[in-house]
Amino acid sequence: MTVGSYLLRRLAAIPLTLLGASLLVFATTVVLPGNVARTILGREASDASVAVLNAQLGLDRPLPAQYLSWLAGFLTGDWGTSATLRAPVRDLVLDRLGASMLVAGLAFVVLVPVALALGLLAGIHHDRWPDRLISGMALGLGATPEFVTGVVLLVVFAATLRWFPVSARPTPGAGPLDMLWHLTLPVVCLVLLCCGYVARHVRASTVAVLASPYVRAARLRGMPVGRLVRTHVLRNATVPATSALGVQLQFLLGGLVVVELLFDYPGIGALLLRSAMDKDLPTLQASAMVLGAAYMLIVLAADLVYRLLDPRLRLGGTW
Amino acid sequence: MVSAGAGHTDARALAVVGTERMAGLARGAHRDVVAVVAGAVAAAWVVVGLLGWRVLTPHDPALQNPSDRFARPGVAHWIGADQFGRDVLARVLAGARPVLVVAPLATALAVVVGTAVGLTAAGLGGWFDGVAMRVLDAVTVFPSIIAATLFAALVGRSRLVLILVIAATFVPIVARGVRAATLVECAKPYVEAARLRGEPTWSLLVRELLPNVRATVLVEATSRLGDAVFAAATLSFLGLGEPPGSPEWGATVSENRVWLTLAPWTLLAPALAIASLVVAVALLADALRRRVDAP
Repeated sequence: MTVGSYLLRRLAAIPLTLLGASLLVFATTVVLPGNVARTILGREASDASVAVLNAQLGLDRPLPAQYLSWLAGFLTGDWGTSATLRAPVRDLVLDRLGASMLVAGLAFVVLVPVALALGLLAGIHHDRWPDRLISGMALGLGATPEFVTGVVLLVVFAATLRWFPVSARPTPGAGPLDMLWHLTLPVVCLVLLCCGYVARHVRASTVAVLASPYVRAARLRGMPVGRLVRTHVLRNATVPATSALGVQLQFLLGGLVVVELLFDYPGIGALLLRSAMDKDLPTLQASAMVLGAAYMLIVLAADLVYRLLDPRLRLGGTW
Repeated sequence: MVSAGAGHTDARALAVVGTERMAGLARGAHRDVVAVVAGAVAAAWVVVGLLGWRVLTPHDPALQNPSDRFARPGVAHWIGADQFGRDVLARVLAGARPVLVVAPLATALAVVVGTAVGLTAAGLGGWFDGVAMRVLDAVTVFPSIIAATLFAALVGRSRLVLILVIAATFVPIVARGVRAATLVECAKPYVEAARLRGEPTWSLLVRELLPNVRATVLVEATSRLGDAVFAAATLSFLGLGEPPGSPEWGATVSENRVWLTLAPWTLLAPALAIASLVVAVALLADALRRRVDAP
């Protein structure tokens, strides 16, 4: 199978999966206890005004009709209006998504080289102190929730040393440098969360590659270590780690909710949480769907990169 | 967290580079020490969770004392006091209990359900396997923390909801692991022999296959336990777990975030408590996995 038809097949599966996800999101959001109109209007509102608002929101219709009209609206770009934030949901969600992707993208750009370097270093010094140090740190940091590392970062670098601001919210109208300065701590926090897992994968495959016959042969031929790593180890050890990177993207997206809340950053994770707390249904549904779609596209991209990097998969029939 | 089979490659690398054999032995001893220390830390938290704060500190974690507001760490309050003058040490000790109730129960539930699904899917095969795996795929469309946020926020905050949400997000992971291990077992002669002598399916699953995948189940259980502590603390931090005012670690960090510059100890103490527990459990899981993976 060619790359093109593989891509087509995978892309075709996304709308189907999203349809399933939309049912899931809709089902979770309508079974919630508590009347939405009552929540918006407050405890003192009269029953009549609650009924009027329910009719306005279309909450008095049967569930399948509500689902279909919501889905049709979502597909045509009419995502409704947020009752609590008093803004059109689409602008709000896409705006926040952009802000979140900026943080996630920055974290990714830092994560890849750092994790590769640490993993290779540990793998090459297999079982000696650099390996023990890196593997231990990787295991510990990977197990620690991001808000815990985030709090330590905040206490040390924002509260005590005052090198970075407490809030990641950029100053309005300031340049990109100011923005980077504000985003440093959240990005470091996300990198620390994901780096360990990827580094451990790179280490494991480096160890395996170093033990393989062709590397042994190259060593016996007297190839210098630097060149050995560059020509034989680097690519063979890093390609399997791409799949680990795909797994970590899930963590990265999930970590956004926590990091955005901790660093007071206006991203889609914070929006999802806020709308869930406020029972702001249109915003909640849209942000969950958008996050789900973004996640699926990222996983697909990671899969594709993995397959493009590994010639055996490119040529073989295992697409 | 590292891919299965890493133990074998470790072993092969050692055989190749003979001079590193001594280093390997040293590493084994070093790992034992790490596992013992991790076990001690985890056990200490379990003891604190069982006995409560009372045995270790005279302060009541809920007692408000306006004159001690934001007291710095010192003789009266070893790690300071919070905005209501409550003793931070007492609150950190009292905060161990919620996490030690939620995480093991959620893990147990996820392991039981996940093992049942994975074992049955692999053992029966055919359409049941196909359907079960597709359903699990659909559940994992969303990053688990987002699904948990959605669910916990809408259904309301309670300890039971927290346990169910965490268990639900872990079931697919456990089921996949157990299914993979069961498929390996299914190819072995003893399964074929059992099938040929007409052993009923339930007996094949429970008597033949289950005992042979118990190592996988054990490794899954310890790994998921670490993840469950992580998830419980995170959901509480997001305000989805314990009710307001609870000394639970994640909730306390979230509540005290505003006092970051004024009283950093009110955040740092619960944060480090979480870190010590999750890292200890992760190290234990890692040690166990190495032992099971070792040839």
